[in-house]
Amino acid sequence: MDKIKNNKIFQWLHERYNLEPILEFVEHKQVPMHKHSIWYYTGGITLFLFIIQVCTGILLLFYYQPGVDSSYESVRFLMTKVNFGWLIRSIHSWSANLMVFFAFIHMFSVFFSEAFKKPRELTWVSGFLMLLLAMGFGFSGYLLPWNELAFFATKVGTDIVGDVPVVGELIKQLLRGGPDVTGSTIYRFYAIHVSILPLIFLVVLGLHLLFIQRQGMHEPEFYESLPPEEKHSIPFFPNFFLRDLLFWLLILDVLLFLAVFFPWELGIKADLFSSAPAGIRPEWYFMFMFQSLKMIPAKVLGIEGEILGIVFFGILGLLWLTVPFWETVIAGKKRPWLMKVIGLLAIIYMIALTIIGYLV
Amino acid sequence: MSVKRRKFLDYILSLGFTGLVGSIIYPALSYLKPPKQAEAAVNSVKAGKVNEIPVNSGKIVRFGRKPVILIRTSTDEFIAFTATCTHLGCIVQYREDKQQIWCACHNGLFDLKGRNISGPPPRPLDPFLVQIIDDEIIIAKPKRMS
Repeated sequence: MDKIKNNKIFQWLHERYNLEPILEFVEHKQVPMHKHSIWYYTGGITLFLFIIQVCTGILLLFYYQPGVDSSYESVRFLMTKVNFGWLIRSIHSWSANLMVFFAFIHMFSVFFSEAFKKPRELTWVSGFLMLLLAMGFGFSGYLLPWNELAFFATKVGTDIVGDVPVVGELIKQLLRGGPDVTGSTIYRFYAIHVSILPLIFLVVLGLHLLFIQRQGMHEPEFYESLPPEEKHSIPFFPNFFLRDLLFWLLILDVLLFLAVFFPWELGIKADLFSSAPAGIRPEWYFMFMFQSLKMIPAKVLGIEGEILGIVFFGILGLLWLTVPFWETVIAGKKRPWLMKVIGLLAIIYMIALTIIGYLV
Repeated sequence: MSVKRRKFLDYILSLGFTGLVGSIIYPALSYLKPPKQAEAAVNSVKAGKVNEIPVNSGKIVRFGRKPVILIRTSTDEFIAFTATCTHLGCIVQYREDKQQIWCACHNGLFDLKGRNISGPPPRPLDPFLVQIIDDEIIIAKPKRMS
């Protein structure tokens, strides 16, 4: 820290902008160390993967040309002719999946350590919103190479949106840019993927990080009740920060291994007038919902099964978003085990239906 | 920790870090370099029928990726030059009133032999060969381009 303070550039800036508060903050921020500290890193890893998404996404923009006659061709050109083009695209695809994966892990770790409780309600809300946005990124980005699988997945996906009561049809038309998935849909998904979602995401991410900096790391109950002399913590900077970097390096290695040895395929170009091939599937993180919708009977008590499924997931999503606000009412101190059961059931449900979806 | 060991670790770490940064920057930069696109070499193009171009007029013709200006002079001669102005690369045009080649960007003028006669252009326009075969105008690259 003294090294930084003696730095000429730092002094130049400090003279003009008074960096004392920032320095004070950095010097005093502590991270509690206990048996569950490992979970603190999952958020940072998700952030790192998001940064990779931004960097590789910008690089892809240099060659990608949206359009029925150019989307597929430009991605193929990128993968076959451009130096390292295959690698950049493969990293973008793999990193997207890993990002959603780590976002899920981060979310459940926060859920089970009950870090969402007061005063961190809004950190939870902003975090879950980011997961939904990440899924939106995945859904919109999936179509952009305009291959057969993506085309039909988008057809099915937007069709499901169309079943949402009252506003569904309107949203479907807005997403598709017409009654069907066509070239107009590519332009819309492109705009959503590279400008609308990133803008919203950055705002929510900024808030999320701001909340965390203001409140500091959450301390689990068992740690909080320890006598002060048994509480062990490390400075955020540089100790925790360097450990963070080490994890990022490990993730980068895993990412590169996947991208190089399992390069993302381009598939066959989408044809508006060909029949759907067998094995049309959404991305894995949509699978449990997709499979649930498939398993609901066509009519339940006179209501269309699809609509029932969508309303069901809508309500579940809303409940999950507002967990910190109703947890105190039904669980709280009286039934501390209840939230663990709910979380476990959610995980079992998601994993089971995902597996069924891939097997059937 | 002795200073020597700390220095050694600093050195190893910065070496590793530099290597990491390099291995990210190098692919990114070489990715941004546009790949060479194979294009068929063009040696001649058809520019249309003789009667499609009136006397004392000019027209821009695509020659591969480059524009060429084809002129039918008032003396009913066909001539052609590269249409890229030698000053800053604008596309020139034929001025019927002056019977000269004019660049609108910076008021450069060339005569009908392609020589730069007024304004900023530093060099003459490169000439092309024009042949009429069966009423068809054919523009070709000269054997030796200056």
